[in-house]
Amino acid sequence: MGLLSKKDSKLILDPLADNNPITIQVLGICSALAITAELKASIVMGLSVMAVLAIGNVVISLMRNIIPSKIRIIVQLVVVAALVIIVDLVLKAYSYQLSKTLSVFVGLIITNCIIMGRFEAFALANGPWRSFLDGIGNAAGYALILVIVGFFRELLGSGTLLGFKVLGDPIEKTGLYALGYENNGFMLLSPMALIVVGIIIWVQRSRNKALIEDH
Amino acid sequence: MMENRTDKNSYTILFAIGMVLVVGALLAYASEALKPKITENKRLEIQQNILYAMGVNDNEDGSVNFIPTNKVASVFSKYIKKQLVIEGDKVIEDDNAYLIDLKKEEAKAADPNYTRRLPLFVGEKDGQTFYIIPMRGKGLWDAIWGYMAVDKNLIVDGVYFDHKGETPGLGANINQRFFMDDFKGEEIMNGNSFVGIDVTKGNNDPKNDDKDDHEIDALAGATITSNGVTAMIKKGVGMYIPYLKTLKN
Repeated sequence: MGLLSKKDSKLILDPLADNNPITIQVLGICSALAITAELKASIVMGLSVMAVLAIGNVVISLMRNIIPSKIRIIVQLVVVAALVIIVDLVLKAYSYQLSKTLSVFVGLIITNCIIMGRFEAFALANGPWRSFLDGIGNAAGYALILVIVGFFRELLGSGTLLGFKVLGDPIEKTGLYALGYENNGFMLLSPMALIVVGIIIWVQRSRNKALIEDH
Repeated sequence: MMENRTDKNSYTILFAIGMVLVVGALLAYASEALKPKITENKRLEIQQNILYAMGVNDNEDGSVNFIPTNKVASVFSKYIKKQLVIEGDKVIEDDNAYLIDLKKEEAKAADPNYTRRLPLFVGEKDGQTFYIIPMRGKGLWDAIWGYMAVDKNLIVDGVYFDHKGETPGLGANINQRFFMDDFKGEEIMNGNSFVGIDVTKGNNDPKNDDKDDHEIDALAGATITSNGVTAMIKKGVGMYIPYLKTLKN
């Protein structure tokens, strides 16, 4: 990345792999389990969190010298909740259909622990530009895992991707279904999301042994 | 060591008060300033939903497309011939019946002396008359609601369902074509008695060829939302049956 210094580009690239918020920091698991039954929902959630985390990180970073340390968690919560509510109101007024799509995600964004985690761990101690990059990077790392989980859950659970019937039609028995293949309904339930996340963590740590924690 | 300014109690309290005032004012302003537009969007959405249920929509294969918002008002007045409010035995015509808030009516109906107002929309398409019934119920996380269009023989012509916060990819799919399209042609009556339509797992009829079974395939992984739809139809449509029966004769 020519635009960014080496230190800055690390902020974006690290969370994609060796410091991934879901698989390494184990943050944001709840929403990763809740909304990954479909690829589309994963993508929407990833982008929403990216917007909120990048802007929120900048706001917290700008305020980092005036926030009283005793109530900093409350201040962080207020910032993210206010941000999300305002964005939601603006969308409801000017882009109603989009806001309908996002409505379920709003509550999940506010409670996403990645957001509070990055405010606390990064934005309170760094300048706005670096905080912005950190927000983008961590949200991208989060989105990446969501997309991978969403891809497998939708493909194996419903036989579709983004709503397209890529494996054929299960009712008309075409494509793979003509050979006796069946969708695995279990993939649609949350336990399988946890197992898929577990498999990703397993694969990642066996490829990079340095990530395995000491006991 | 000098005490940090931001650690003082007085500073903390002042900061908290200031933050509450600023954020409160900001949110109140945003909410008030955008309210007229949001209310208008919601009003048009109701018209779009009612039209959708009776099959007046811009659907292409697989996707749900409403009549665009800039056209919906005129299309609504073209297709919806009458808006009725049923109050006990009385039936009144009211051009703003679609604005009746079902949630508020349900709350008021808790009072036994209150006669609940039931809005009903009479639409006409290709020379056929449809009765569109609004309903409201509970899903897994929050409210679900919908509209069901029936003809005078009480056979379903179409439905529209929506939800406030069902699980994306699972219960949230009640507003998808593959679920809603199944309702077309189903009967809600068994002879002279009302049975509704069960959204059930044991249907064994994925192509939905059997239109007399009062059953629709449930959504995989969304049992409670599916049950919520069943209950909503039983209760919501059930209230209209006494009136709808009078049409049949």
